[in-house]
Amino acid sequence: MTILETKNLGISFGGLRAVDDFNIEIQKGELYGLIGPNGAGKTTVFNLLTGVYQPTCGTAYLEGKKITGKKPAEINKAGIARTFQNIRLFSNLTVLDNVKIGLHNHYKYTTASGILRLPFYFKTEKKMNQRAMEMLKVFGLEEESGYLASNLPYGKQRKLEIARALATEPKLLLLDEPAAGMNPNETAELMKTIRFVRDHFDMTILLIEHDMKLVSGICEKLTVLNFGTELAKGPTEQVLKNPDVITAYLGE
Amino acid sequence: MKKTLSASTKSNLITYAMLAVIFAVVQLLSVTGNLSSLVSGLLVPICMYIILAVSLNLTVGILGDLSLGHAGFMCVGAYSSAIFSMLTKDVISADLLRYVLALLVGGAFAAIFGILIGIPVLRLKGDYLAIVTLAFGEIIKVIVNNMYIAKDIHGVHFAMLTSISDMGLDEGSKEVILNGPQGISGTPQTKSFVIAFVLVVITVAVILNLINSRTGRAIMSIRDNRIAAESVGINVTKYKLMAFSVSAFFAGVAGVIYSHNTYALQATTKNFGYDMSILILVLVVLGGIGSIKGSILSSIILISLPEILRDFQKYRMLIYAILLIVMMIVNNNPVTKAFFKKIFGSLKRLLPKKKAAEKSSEVTQ
Repeated sequence: MTILETKNLGISFGGLRAVDDFNIEIQKGELYGLIGPNGAGKTTVFNLLTGVYQPTCGTAYLEGKKITGKKPAEINKAGIARTFQNIRLFSNLTVLDNVKIGLHNHYKYTTASGILRLPFYFKTEKKMNQRAMEMLKVFGLEEESGYLASNLPYGKQRKLEIARALATEPKLLLLDEPAAGMNPNETAELMKTIRFVRDHFDMTILLIEHDMKLVSGICEKLTVLNFGTELAKGPTEQVLKNPDVITAYLGE
Repeated sequence: MKKTLSASTKSNLITYAMLAVIFAVVQLLSVTGNLSSLVSGLLVPICMYIILAVSLNLTVGILGDLSLGHAGFMCVGAYSSAIFSMLTKDVISADLLRYVLALLVGGAFAAIFGILIGIPVLRLKGDYLAIVTLAFGEIIKVIVNNMYIAKDIHGVHFAMLTSISDMGLDEGSKEVILNGPQGISGTPQTKSFVIAFVLVVITVAVILNLINSRTGRAIMSIRDNRIAAESVGINVTKYKLMAFSVSAFFAGVAGVIYSHNTYALQATTKNFGYDMSILILVLVVLGGIGSIKGSILSSIILISLPEILRDFQKYRMLIYAILLIVMMIVNNNPVTKAFFKKIFGSLKRLLPKKKAAEKSSEVTQ
């Protein structure tokens, strides 16, 4: 089943064509990689998919439904969750609260019952706490649940961001350079986590990465971007052997 | 709730305990007759300032938007409720009932203005938002100063930019309610400290409960990182408006307290203008942005002090200024912060325990 499909997606900033004619098709359960040199437009693609930017042309479909033109919050409700290249946590809130904000649209009670502390408030909060702790356990963060998010070490902040995104129960998870700034050990652990997320949550994942070890290790398919256009796409080994791709990365 | 209490619950309990102690001390002093007339006259205004500071803290500290129009919402609450009380003082004879209704009217009007102004204004950020809200406060003041309302046998009359004598009222039964810049005089008074204090407790409880709920988390997520909040499906406009209108509602309630504590209600810069908005902001900033406890304490100290220092006429403003500086330093110095944390930490330890991980957490108090 096709989860994500884009048709001729593109955006211009003034005269600069940042992304041009971007086509991608991701099947359910795939681990898909989006790679390319700096400034190729990878993060711009993420921003187009999540509604942060509105494309100047083209459309994106999630499970056959059009998502282009929707606001970021609506796109999340439709089923796309993401992490950010420069981690964006709710840094003055606790680790637990960060995940609970991810659960916002799945465990509801009215503002009035929150203010009046009706029994339903306590019941729902309890369920939320349980669910959030479950999520934290999956990522080995349950010990730190009461810490402020900003006090977590870097690697755990990355994990928390993934946990928060998964709490929104997405159909497609976008990871923007999850291994950035990690040492080889942390990267190896992250690879395990990503695979685990895919299997445990039955998730479809699209990720941007520069670390070729991670990319070749876990991605099944790749799309290579260069100067906003698609350079190559297909199964990972095939793409990484492509002479155009090697030139783009290493130069002539 | 049995044995385990989260850090935020503990912090809230300390806040309530603080309020209880304050109430007990004031009652004790007044029963034993140790309350000077100067201080007892200050009690209701202090309650009003606490409500103003705590509610502005919701916008500034929890939502993270700088608003300089808080006095404007207070003005809306004060005038709408005073007009309500003037119109109904013969109809509703029970003072308390009329006052409660006036509170709801004042709060509701302010909240409606909060929503109306919030829709266009909350798209702005930082300085721009501050400037526009500041302008709103001034506009409200000017409008109110040009409104005329009077009552005669034919009913209630309303006019703008004229004068009472030009309104063609029936001279025999004329009763002026709002006379432009001369304002409203003769509003039924409710000067009870107990009622004002109950309103403080209600305000604090509502705002603390709001902060520690699903809605509050959504509001704080917008403050911490707007883009990330959107990415997890938070409707930013909705929650910004909600925080802004709740904040305006309580500013309106404070306005009701003000108008029912003053015989001649007039809109000047000092009570409903720029000066007032800045004063409320000073209370919030010096108490600690985002800290409800801090807002309560700074309101009590900074409002009562200038009056208590009246005996030292010459040095009054000097001492006041030094105090402002000291509070600022104390609030932002890591050493003193750690010291206060230790004190509050040991207070928290007196309450039922929870596992180590929870203890080290520092939820927004």
